[in-house]
Amino acid sequence: MTGGHSRRDFLKRGGSIAVAFTFLPELLSELGVTELASVAAREPTAPPLLRVVPPQPNVPYADSVSWIVLTPGKVTIHSGRVELGTGVRTAMTQIALEELHLSNVNVSYVQGDTRLTADEGTTAGSKSIQNGGPLLRRAAATAFQELLARAAAELGVAPSQLEASEGMFRVRGGRKRVTYERLLSRKSTVLTALGPTVPVVDPDDYGIVGQSMGRQELPDKVFATFQYVQDVRLTGMLHGRVIRPSGRNDTFVGFDQASLASAAAIPGFVQVVQVGNFVGVLATTEYAAIQAATPRLGGVRVNWASGPPLIAQAALPTALKDPVNTYGTNLEIRFGESLPITNPRPDVAASNAAYDAAYAGAAVQVSAEYFTPFQMHAPFGPSCAVADVRSTPDPDTGVQATVWSQTQGVYPLRRALSGLLGYAGEVAVHVIYEEGAGCYGHDGADDVAGDAALLSQACGGPVRVQWSRQDEHGWEPLGPAMVHVMQGGVTGSSVVAWDHTVYSPTHNSRPNGTNGGSLIAGMLTGMLPATLGSAAGTNTSTRNAPHTYTYPGRLTQHAVRSFVTTTGGSTNANPDRAPATPLTWLLPRSTALRSLGGYSNTFANESFLGELAAAGGLDDLAIRLDHLSDQRAIDVVAALGATWEGRPVGIDGVGAGLGFERYETIEAYVAAYVEVHVDRTTGVIRVPRAVVAHDCGLIINPDGLRNQIEGQVLQGISRCLVEEVQFSDRGVTSLQWERNPQFGVVAQQYPVIGFNDTPSIETILIDRPHEVAWGAGEPTIGVVGAAIANAVYHAVGVRLRSLPMRPATVLAALAAT
Amino acid sequence: MSRTVTAPDETEPLLYVLRNALDQHGPKFGCGVSQCGACTVLVDGAIRRSCVTALSTVPEGATVETLDGLGTPGAPHPLQRAFIDEQAGQCAYCVNGMIMGALGWLRARAADGNTAVPTDIEIREFLSGGPVGGDPIQAAPNQYLCRCGTHMRIVRAISVAAGEMLS
Repeated sequence: MTGGHSRRDFLKRGGSIAVAFTFLPELLSELGVTELASVAAREPTAPPLLRVVPPQPNVPYADSVSWIVLTPGKVTIHSGRVELGTGVRTAMTQIALEELHLSNVNVSYVQGDTRLTADEGTTAGSKSIQNGGPLLRRAAATAFQELLARAAAELGVAPSQLEASEGMFRVRGGRKRVTYERLLSRKSTVLTALGPTVPVVDPDDYGIVGQSMGRQELPDKVFATFQYVQDVRLTGMLHGRVIRPSGRNDTFVGFDQASLASAAAIPGFVQVVQVGNFVGVLATTEYAAIQAATPRLGGVRVNWASGPPLIAQAALPTALKDPVNTYGTNLEIRFGESLPITNPRPDVAASNAAYDAAYAGAAVQVSAEYFTPFQMHAPFGPSCAVADVRSTPDPDTGVQATVWSQTQGVYPLRRALSGLLGYAGEVAVHVIYEEGAGCYGHDGADDVAGDAALLSQACGGPVRVQWSRQDEHGWEPLGPAMVHVMQGGVTGSSVVAWDHTVYSPTHNSRPNGTNGGSLIAGMLTGMLPATLGSAAGTNTSTRNAPHTYTYPGRLTQHAVRSFVTTTGGSTNANPDRAPATPLTWLLPRSTALRSLGGYSNTFANESFLGELAAAGGLDDLAIRLDHLSDQRAIDVVAALGATWEGRPVGIDGVGAGLGFERYETIEAYVAAYVEVHVDRTTGVIRVPRAVVAHDCGLIINPDGLRNQIEGQVLQGISRCLVEEVQFSDRGVTSLQWERNPQFGVVAQQYPVIGFNDTPSIETILIDRPHEVAWGAGEPTIGVVGAAIANAVYHAVGVRLRSLPMRPATVLAALAAT
Repeated sequence: MSRTVTAPDETEPLLYVLRNALDQHGPKFGCGVSQCGACTVLVDGAIRRSCVTALSTVPEGATVETLDGLGTPGAPHPLQRAFIDEQAGQCAYCVNGMIMGALGWLRARAADGNTAVPTDIEIREFLSGGPVGGDPIQAAPNQYLCRCGTHMRIVRAISVAAGEMLS
């Protein structure tokens, strides 16, 4: 720290701030942030209103939870589906406006608020438009039917004689008309949303749905007037920072006493909070909190005791397959079964015998093993939350804790926080969504809310916790490493045998019931994590593990345990999935990362299909088309036909590859074509071009869809080429984006691809207005890794079966041929 | 308008002064070590990563430009208009760095006499902090990161805005 205190005048002039400063000897009394904007309450206002509520409203806020509210001149959408940066808000707005026959109107979007929006679970899994869209469409249609009835009564005509546009009903062929505004001014009404039979606009008449609409919130973001969760400020708010253990299994021993004295001398320092292994600091300013949490800046130094080591990163490809680490094995698809699986299911022994016979009879037999590493969400802005936990509940609302969070699920977080804070009922917690940086799944958003709540409870006032980059990279829950053992056979132009065995830790450790231990803060204070999930399912490791081709396949899944409940000894002898004390972590915490197991499964499936094609001397496009019977699947693959036929061939180091999947085997169809350049000298792989054909049924917003597809191509490339979490026996060691010796960042970090690695991306959108609108936030990412692997094979004749395809890996593979 | 803010410690990064004492929402915390660009501001016209810019290094009388002051919906800066027109954002948490960095870069080029609209490759090299063709895992400092994958649109937006700014 410097000796003197300084004071600077910031003169705001036009578009800039001028800085002037003078040194002043003592200004301690003036330190700190005092007044800052409080967050405005977001209650619906200005009756009369036409309010449409869910059929089964949440209690106890049935009087405020809505789906859509119309007031004269304004539409307010109450959405349990939140804007994560994916364009959901805009698409949902389009759906509502279409049913209301409106285009140019003031629309507010209230999202993710446990007092104002319905419990729609989490905004995840590419399900918002698919599942939330129809509900909002019905709610808007319900409101429209009410307006139509009012208009008919007002004008004295049958509803069928009326047509609506731009906020007005007109009698067909007549001059009589009435505005929505007038109809809405008549009275307040609360309506329960009608069911699927409510009349809705015919897709052939869509004027707003199907058109590109700019993101509703983008202008505010571009003009810096948008409030991200990082911008939420409360009066009297303290800034908190967390100090994490030195390792996943390490435990709190004590504070370095000299460092406590040093921290206490930091201007603005307030207190240290320690509960079990949870340690945090509080200060009146953000910088003071940073200093107090950073030993080299004079902050608190904690002594930790080392616990048992994690499984070594280098051992993952074998450790994941080791039966000692497995807690559940599930034969998900018996050979010869077709999707969807029906009961009664074929006999296991018969299925295995059929597979063995088919494989033995194949003209060409192939076996291969694939590996994908732990990868992280790595949100561009580290997680942040603000919590205001009071000593007693508000007598009117019953709310004791209010939390502003970038969570994907305000209700699940509410339940977990109630457990963390020791409340008897979850309604004592009010969670309000505020957008953060894009999350791409279950990142640190929920955990930092737990940190803020615990620190606020400790100090009795509002607290903002901003994770550092190291907190996020080091402690966010990760997408787990996976191993795939593949075997199959080809006879002629047909795939005749296919066997896929998946080994994976869980892909779902989201907030679980009222279990505070499903948040880091709870775990560190001694609460136990959730019971390990059941071994199988599309919502964890086997998403897109089943293929959707016509050839038969067998699928087996092994669930790998993340922790053991006793130290030492065989864990396989204890099939219990429930946690207990003492609990030892074996692996970094794992959870839902964009498409869950889908990215890795499709990487393995579509790479291995490429291996079968090569072994059988078959064309990559033909082998796919020959084994598809679903016309929509055929259409997306065939859409790449001309591109595939025109691919670069005969140039060493240049190649093209394909990938296809039907997301979750029952939703959107996507096929990708990529070109790669492989530098045999440096081992660097580049992807100069990608083409994606995509069918998600009804398209709500074409440009929004393209934006999502492009983003997934980029993330898919990044996960394929460079992303891998580095961890030691203590925990994650890749705590930044890149090496940077200037700031002491010297070990291998967690890079993501940059602007020099950006391909040109073409999208072929197949619109099917009369089909269900499926989600588009996750299908594309799945096919990218395999398409690259297949392209690399065609470029240099080498099959890369492990991710990421870093230069050293590529060079080693090239040298081995 | 003049506001006096106090900083007890001259090592405090400019970022926190701007965000917490001066209510600026444009500059954002991203990494704290000058690797991502989220916190970019212009200090006397020069691109600075405010997360590693100690207050003590900001000269007296210096002019700090932030995204907050760049333009308004009624009078947008060409870069702001282009980012909206090209829909160059998903979460858009990175947009501050993209716009303020590009602004400083385009101005500096012009001041050096280069008033040609930059090519896409030049824009990508600027945003990457280094030339095309390097090892992607040995990225240069002072790159600008985007995690949502909006890269193509960002390059396009900067190109469009540059055409307007330099014409």
